Amino acid sequence: MSEGATQGGRGMRRSWTLRLAILLPFAWLVLFVLLPTLIAFKISLSQTVLAQPPYVPVLNPSGGWDAFVGFLNALSFENYTAVFTDSLYLASYLKSLQVAALSTALILLIGYPIAYAMARAPRGVQSVLLILVILPFWTAFLIRIYAWINILQRDGLLNQLLLSLGIVDAPIAWLASDTAVYIGIVYSYLPFMVLPLYATLERMDAALREAAADLGAPPWKIFWQITVPLSRPGILAGVLLCFIPIVGEFVIPDLLGSSSTLMIGQTLWTEFFANRDWPFASVVALVMLVILVGPIVLYEHLQARALEKAR
Amino acid sequence: MSDAAAPPALRFDGVTRRFGSVVAIDRLSLDIFAGEFFALLGPSGCGKSTPLRLAAGFDAPSEGRILLHGAPLTAPPHLRPVNMMFQSYALFPHMSVADNVTFGLKQEGLPKAEIAARVSEMLALVQLSALGARKPHQLSGGQRQRVALARALAKRPQVLLLDEPLAALDKKLRAETQFELKRLQRRLGTTFVIVTHDQEEAMTVADRMAVMQAGTVAQVGTPDEIYEHPASRYVADFIGDVNLLQGRVVRTDASSVVVACDGFGEIIAGPAPEARVGETIWLALRPEKIAVSEGGRAGVGQNEVTGTVVEVGYRGEQSMLEVRTAAGSILKVSVTNRRRRAADGPAVGESVRLTFAADDIVALTR
Repeated sequence: MSEGATQGGRGMRRSWTLRLAILLPFAWLVLFVLLPTLIAFKISLSQTVLAQPPYVPVLNPSGGWDAFVGFLNALSFENYTAVFTDSLYLASYLKSLQVAALSTALILLIGYPIAYAMARAPRGVQSVLLILVILPFWTAFLIRIYAWINILQRDGLLNQLLLSLGIVDAPIAWLASDTAVYIGIVYSYLPFMVLPLYATLERMDAALREAAADLGAPPWKIFWQITVPLSRPGILAGVLLCFIPIVGEFVIPDLLGSSSTLMIGQTLWTEFFANRDWPFASVVALVMLVILVGPIVLYEHLQARALEKAR
Repeated sequence: MSDAAAPPALRFDGVTRRFGSVVAIDRLSLDIFAGEFFALLGPSGCGKSTPLRLAAGFDAPSEGRILLHGAPLTAPPHLRPVNMMFQSYALFPHMSVADNVTFGLKQEGLPKAEIAARVSEMLALVQLSALGARKPHQLSGGQRQRVALARALAKRPQVLLLDEPLAALDKKLRAETQFELKRLQRRLGTTFVIVTHDQEEAMTVADRMAVMQAGTVAQVGTPDEIYEHPASRYVADFIGDVNLLQGRVVRTDASSVVVACDGFGEIIAGPAPEARVGETIWLALRPEKIAVSEGGRAGVGQNEVTGTVVEVGYRGEQSMLEVRTAAGSILKVSVTNRRRRAADGPAVGESVRLTFAADDIVALTR
């Protein structure tokens, strides 16, 4: 009897702490994700004016019910029709998706062999390699991108190297090109691909590869039929960890790219800071969010399915 | 079972494997004959898995060679006509049971119809025909073990290597599976080489076995040869329960040896041709060969010891007694419980008279 009571008490306490554990991140998300998104949504339905704040209508809580109704009536979806009819924004979105897709593919192509080699290296070497992958994070991101400007500029390291090796006769204009943007993105996001891939590959039972060899599969078949399919969770995590932030990337195309590499992050920045058109900037931001929610939901779905399977 | 003139199915010829300064196996020479069920038995860490990995090609010997039906085995693992069943089973988690079994056959480029026929034959063999579409994570441990077996056997290997194949099963299932494995091997006639740390398992399944000791073979023989005539103290002690008595040789002739043992007096044991008078040797006496308070079996010479029962360990079908002799030494004696439950069965504190035949004592010089 008393034992049952004790257990009941413990169960209550556990459910209380459990509720708190769920509530904290939930409150965080409401406060710092949902609320700002709703504010952005409200602003996106407003019109721009030269004032402070730079949009109308402004919600005035002291105005009472009539003021609130007037505020609601003043909102409109005009900005949304504009964003979908103006080819500048459409091109900007497409450019972002294209850059994100191509550079993610490049990162996967470069990152997979790196992660594979790391996972197969001797234990002691593995931790050193892991530190080497993480090491660039110890330097500020901006400084690393400025370093690339140094490398890629007209009399930079890359051109000097190519000239001294006799590969080119005249320096190449690397900077302010799509190539420079791709180089910058691939360089910056590589660790986000290598780390989840390494984690998956390192965990993989070596006996599986041995079993495949034992059953007569040559090394390249083992790679394609065993290693790659089993590293799918790592590939998926890496692809999404790269693809999603690259779509919204601002700094790299702004510093290394040209006006032809106008990605959505730059468009957003221009609307917000140069044009001071907050409502339109909010529309651009929200549309980007919706575009990105797709892959995130897909990732969550696949992740949940993988967890189910593991159980 | 095997043609005496034919080379052994698998021969280890002076094989050594070093990992840095550690010698995993040391000049191993072993012949395993076609159609044989052979067991490599040893405690964990004695290097008993290494020969399998060398034969499968996952690892290469530092010295020596391995021959398959007389031909040196040097091809990479995917080209060797031997197959391995892994301790972890190593089933491909992203493939169904049938696809796991199919995997090896596809690599051979067999016609589709033949692959399908062979897969269903193999699944029937391990009684998993109904579960072909399941994924490995949907199976029980015993079922997974059978998939691993079917997958390895589907390739019709010349030698099947089994690395602790039953270690992950619980005791009861393991005992059943041992007999199943033995029946299967007899039916297929394939050469099986099993590695195990479980002496009961090795003795149950194997036609012949090798007891491994620190990377070398301590003894090779049939299970009863090894149990009844261990070649060394290590083997006698590793296989089953044993009393090891140390003593000095007093007399020796063609049929027996007399040894003065501390705490027991003179004991007559089976022949030990290499023992010299005055030399220190050991006597191995199995607990079940000792008779309690009875006349004892007739032998070349009779030994008799009196003592007091100090401990009784109940084991179900039998009990293990610890008997302290008059001189203070302890002897392990096993009695069947049909006997112990009887009114005159030995109990703690009772004096008993122990008798054992000279033939049942093995004299060991190493």
